[in-house]
Amino acid sequence: MSGFDWGEITSNLPYLFEVGMVFTVKLTVLAMFGGIFFGTLLAMMRLSHLRTVSMLAGGYVNLMRSIPLVLVIFWFFFLVPYIGAWILREPRPIPVGAFYSALITFTMFEAAYYCEIMRAGIQSIARGQVWSGYALGLDYWQTMGHIVLPQAFRNMLPVLLTQTIILFQDTSLVYVISATDFLGAAAKIANRDYRLVEMYSFVAVVYFIVSFGLSLLVRRLQSKIAVVR
Amino acid sequence: MNYHWNWAILFAQEPGGSGTYLHYLLVGLAWTLATALAAWLIALSIGGIVGTLRTTNHPWVVRAGNAYVEIFRNVPLLVQMFLWYFVVPELLPAALGDWIKQMPPPWGSYVPAVLCLGLYTSVRIAEQTKASIQSLPRGQRYAGTAMGLSQFQTYRYVILPQAVRIILPPLTSEFMNIIKNSSVALTIGLMELTGRAKSMQEFSFQVFEAFAAATVIYMITNLVVVLGMRWVERKVRVPGLISATRGAQAAAH
Repeated sequence: MSGFDWGEITSNLPYLFEVGMVFTVKLTVLAMFGGIFFGTLLAMMRLSHLRTVSMLAGGYVNLMRSIPLVLVIFWFFFLVPYIGAWILREPRPIPVGAFYSALITFTMFEAAYYCEIMRAGIQSIARGQVWSGYALGLDYWQTMGHIVLPQAFRNMLPVLLTQTIILFQDTSLVYVISATDFLGAAAKIANRDYRLVEMYSFVAVVYFIVSFGLSLLVRRLQSKIAVVR
Repeated sequence: MNYHWNWAILFAQEPGGSGTYLHYLLVGLAWTLATALAAWLIALSIGGIVGTLRTTNHPWVVRAGNAYVEIFRNVPLLVQMFLWYFVVPELLPAALGDWIKQMPPPWGSYVPAVLCLGLYTSVRIAEQTKASIQSLPRGQRYAGTAMGLSQFQTYRYVILPQAVRIILPPLTSEFMNIIKNSSVALTIGLMELTGRAKSMQEFSFQVFEAFAAATVIYMITNLVVVLGMRWVERKVRVPGLISATRGAQAAAH
């Protein structure tokens, strides 16, 4: 090993963070909101009394949970252009670019995991609350929107955030479709300058600091919520 | 949409000359399982030990165990894969590093992939082990001490035989995770199932047949694992331990 070159890291910091980290954070935050939205819908579908609806949602969740994320990324990378062409009635597949392909992939993939969390959250609310909602004359959507979901979110907030930390780490897998996320940016520099040791060690340290810091915050939040409840 | 479906491609010869594309994918499955099983052995042994040590009453041992868990849990698997493949050989003494780098394919990717997956999963098993030991009633430990057993004996004869049975259901899902996670090894050149589906797509241009075949193979594998583990659970079940099992499952989720 020919000496650890700190200059290699400091001189590339702007590119690593302004291009790479921005991509990673944007992808994580948007996929989190999209994933929780669709995940909540899926959870409501799974708990539906209509058998076809609950089986459809259950099948989707089980499919997503039984194949590797890398394979899902490949699936959507090739599938989304065809779906786009089908929706817009174009004769040719529409190129969507790495970011939107990744965003759709992670939203749909994480929705399956958020769904399981939200399902547990909804089931943790006493049935009596739903019945009292109906007794007050609220319909299904009002009961869900005003009574059940706010409490379910609150109870599950630490778990949802922990899943988001996992999502943050998982976004590094967009490397397989050559996207320039934080790891992708570092890999490009590492290969250009042949400085693999410096770049990958630095990436590991940054991921560790961010993930560990966030997990400490989640733990504090958890104890706060536990006290209030 | 004008995609030309051609399922017969699965029975066409692959360009490498090893047989049909289907055979090519199944060899990929064999590599996936070989990677997952070898990594599983590392994960079980290290994870079991670390998880058990974290429940003992030696504060420094507990702290070291916690640090180990936090380090491996907070770095993405892909980054760890790169560390094992690109960085570790550079940090070792030159002769050893060169020997590792010159390992013939596929061993040059297989060995780092197994080490990486094994240690990555060991942390998750350590968490499950700790949770299952802590889900046992406290009285079990006191009873061991009251009978004059040492801490080691209490673990050996009282705690661990129960904990092992409690941990089985969460271990099933960890084993499925390790199978899925082994696909990340394609980034360091291991031609496992997902990697082969990708290269089949590149050779044949039949994108969706390749990925659909891989998806079906993964789903069948999962089914076999679930049924197999269910059988094991039935074999080792102790009547009356069921309520404790539920507690551990709740703790694991």
